[in-house]
Amino acid sequence: MRLVSVEHLTRIFDVSKPWLNRVIERRKKAFLTAVSDVSFEIEEKTVYSLVGESGSGKSTIGKMLVGLLDPSEGSVKIRDVDLAREKDAAKVDAVRADIQMIFQDPFASLNPRWRVRDIIVEPVAARGGETKGMAERLLEQVGLSARDAGKFPHEFSGGQRQRICIARALASEPKLIVCDEPTSALDVSVQAQVLNLMSDLKDEFGLTYLFISHDLTVVQHISDKVGVLYLGRLVEEASPTELFEDPKHPYTQMLLAAAPKLDEFGREVPPPKGEIPDPINPPDGCAYHPRCPIAMDICRKMRPELRKIRGARVACHLADVKGVGPAITPPEAQKPPEFRSKRTADAEESTS
Amino acid sequence: MTNPILSIRDLTVEIPTRHGILRPVDGVSYDIGRGEILGVVGESGAGKSMAGNAVIGLLSPPARIAQGEIHVNGTRIDQLKGEAMRRLRGKEIGMVFQDPLTSLNPLLRIGDQLTETILAHLDISRAEAEQRAIRALDEVGIPGARERINSYPHEFSGGMRQRVVIALALCAEPSLIIAEEPTTALDVSVQAQIIALLKQLCHQRGTAVMLITHDMGVIAEAADRVAVMYAGKLVELGPVRDVLTTPRHPYTHGLMGSTPLASRGKDRLHQIPGAMPRLDALPSGCAFHPRCPYVQDKCKADPGPTLADGGGEAACFFPLSQDAKVA
Amino acid sequence: MTEMPLPPDAPIAVKDPSRLTLALQSDFYYTFRHSPVAMVSTVVVVLMVLAAIFAPLIAPYNPFDPASLNLMNGFSRPMEPNAFTGDLFWLGTDDQGRDVFSTILYGLRISLFVGAAAVLFAMVLGITLGLLAGYVGGWTETIIMRVADVQLTFPAILVAMLIFGVAKGITPVEYRDQMAIWVLIIAIGLSDWVQFARVVRGATLVEKNKEYVQAARLIGRTSPAIMLRHILPNVLSPVLVIATISLALAIIAEATLSFLGVGAPPTQPSLGTLIRIGQGFLFSGEWWILLFPAATLLTLALSVNLLGDWLRDALNPRLR
Repeated sequence: MRLVSVEHLTRIFDVSKPWLNRVIERRKKAFLTAVSDVSFEIEEKTVYSLVGESGSGKSTIGKMLVGLLDPSEGSVKIRDVDLAREKDAAKVDAVRADIQMIFQDPFASLNPRWRVRDIIVEPVAARGGETKGMAERLLEQVGLSARDAGKFPHEFSGGQRQRICIARALASEPKLIVCDEPTSALDVSVQAQVLNLMSDLKDEFGLTYLFISHDLTVVQHISDKVGVLYLGRLVEEASPTELFEDPKHPYTQMLLAAAPKLDEFGREVPPPKGEIPDPINPPDGCAYHPRCPIAMDICRKMRPELRKIRGARVACHLADVKGVGPAITPPEAQKPPEFRSKRTADAEESTS
Repeated sequence: MTNPILSIRDLTVEIPTRHGILRPVDGVSYDIGRGEILGVVGESGAGKSMAGNAVIGLLSPPARIAQGEIHVNGTRIDQLKGEAMRRLRGKEIGMVFQDPLTSLNPLLRIGDQLTETILAHLDISRAEAEQRAIRALDEVGIPGARERINSYPHEFSGGMRQRVVIALALCAEPSLIIAEEPTTALDVSVQAQIIALLKQLCHQRGTAVMLITHDMGVIAEAADRVAVMYAGKLVELGPVRDVLTTPRHPYTHGLMGSTPLASRGKDRLHQIPGAMPRLDALPSGCAFHPRCPYVQDKCKADPGPTLADGGGEAACFFPLSQDAKVA
Repeated sequence: MTEMPLPPDAPIAVKDPSRLTLALQSDFYYTFRHSPVAMVSTVVVVLMVLAAIFAPLIAPYNPFDPASLNLMNGFSRPMEPNAFTGDLFWLGTDDQGRDVFSTILYGLRISLFVGAAAVLFAMVLGITLGLLAGYVGGWTETIIMRVADVQLTFPAILVAMLIFGVAKGITPVEYRDQMAIWVLIIAIGLSDWVQFARVVRGATLVEKNKEYVQAARLIGRTSPAIMLRHILPNVLSPVLVIATISLALAIIAEATLSFLGVGAPPTQPSLGTLIRIGQGFLFSGEWWILLFPAATLLTLALSVNLLGDWLRDALNPRLR
């Protein structure tokens, strides 16, 4: 069943200087299109990941989804309720209770003056619900101790704080959790713990995640579907397997090729060219064309629509067109080399 | 190693606090040779940055070097103070930090910053210095260096700014570069460019590089050898291929397993239980023992062997055998 | 994580450490215990506050009870028995035979009360307006901050005198003396709210973009709830520093106003009033009538200021 449907979502920010400066410096108003005509759907109890570099608009989409920002155009519907336009307060409230968010910075997302217990139960207490023993139960569910409920956030490490954030998100028994780079501030070994925990909780509570990340390799373990964003536009959407084995958009190919790999020591491949353009003055046509190795005339003039190619949706005029092969070879379907030694496997069994 | 550029011996950094003396760096020894990139890797709190700061004399009090020696090109530098240390930085040691904005003066044109740095360390005329500055920008791949020399830092994009910082670090032709998380603030595509640039320049000039990062991917791409730190101690040191594919220390092994990889497929990530201990609550014996899957009684009591430089060994009583392979 | 989860039969309700226990273990308390300046000034301030509160119990005489005054005791020198009556006054007496020590205790009472009440008033006003300006933004912010800017261009003492003058003009004569203290409090408070508002607004702008505030908005918390329950506790440390330093300034402002004759009435003399009275006798050799109230004022203001300085350093993590 469809839980979220995002249609032609656009968000424009006014980034003009104050009017007095504009008059004196004779500047026009400046607008930044952070998200431009993005459409996708999230099925219930699946994980949808949005991946993109800085300025791709991934966090803006997340904020519009949870209602922290209003869309400029288009709509976000959650169970067919449009949060920004729905007039019936009861309906909005019901939907709101079903959405939670986990933020990137575990040091800023917990109020430093509150006890962990009060932080965790706030989503329920704010609606006047019964909260006795709830924080303790949730803390144990996310792998902390019930004793931690009376402590303050500064007594915890980054990974533990992120667990507290997860406990808070779970308190109101939501259906959808938007996770905005939940592990990018964490160390690698802790990141693995948090990702595994999130994936366990998803199965246990039947959650749906929108997972936002700048790192393709992080999301592949958890996602059912991945959307790749570039400069506010959705350029490719596919299942992780499809995306990694057969990336169709040149940008996705570039991202995969540029991602550091642990098994290619001192490789001397030419790095990708160029940087992300200024989102205030995006290029005409396909936003990626100035960096694209296979760009043609049409790419400079016409913005490509998303079209279905095999199991994916791709916004590229040239993807899969005969005779215009991608210049960057996609990483061959790499077989993961045998990783676990016998001792590790044993140890894992005993810890899990 | 014969005549290493940087040689650290038994380096210990201490911070006296009211809870006792903390040792963010504890008995660390390693060398970096000419043209070699040594990756120093560890999670936050492992002491990797503190070790870098100790080398460039930028420890903020009350942290201090309590023990050990640091040599650059055979000269002992850990006791240098004030002016002498300042001259050494820049001339012998260049620095590249995580955030390019903080290492550039926002009020000065980049050309002036480069020329000033060159003039401060090399005995040449201003015109010559300017020529050198342009060449430096050219080398780090900034298009139109002759015109761009008059731009201010804010007129560059993030990746270009980091290139300027690298030019600034290299312009006095130091023999050692300390790069602390040089790509962490950058996007994936730009990160690949910066790593490639750093590698190319250092191999060309024979500059030694201490590359401090938490990112195993960056290490795999750039480093020749890798030093793995945990809770202030060096736990493993060796050629990058050996350490990453056949780690001997259980911590390195766990770290490698928990790194998400494009090639690893959709199975569950391997995880190390727990977190790095706080410096004021270090466990007895080997600091890793509460998280170690192979822990034995001996590990709980005895801090374990310390790494001498040179071998691809691990600071562990029971190092993993070489056939414990990692992807 | 590092801690083992509780066994299932263990009681879930564990007693949380109280805020007091936490405070005593904190770095803040530790730096306090290791700063002689902070300790000494705290002791001085606490002693003075206690002396002011319990003035009627401590003071050997009631200087405002005409029945207990003996004009013969006038101009007694400190620590010397009076030539006529043989009474001994520690700090001497003034022209009307009032014990200077007692008048200082009562004056301290007025000075501290006016200072503290004025700062409290300024604090409440400044925090409210600062929170509003920072959190709501837009026109609200523009108006509040412009008013603040305009007020900053006048010296605070001038603003206080203006307010004091206007208030005095509109209160009926028979209430003037009664109202004087309250007018003084409002006048000093109104001249002092700006810095609270500015600091709170700045801190609010930082806090409101933090993710914990977004998390609270997300679950539908109302703006007043977010401002009071989430943001306010996190902007209080700089407020505490300013309040302490403001207290010293307010006490001095009150003394200045009283010295100029527009402050506390002679029936309720503050330290400033005492100094004004005393300075008339300075050149005729009765130095103690001026010196002791002035020294008290100095000690009080200095201690409060040193405490404020130390607070600022202790609460600023960057300086440590």
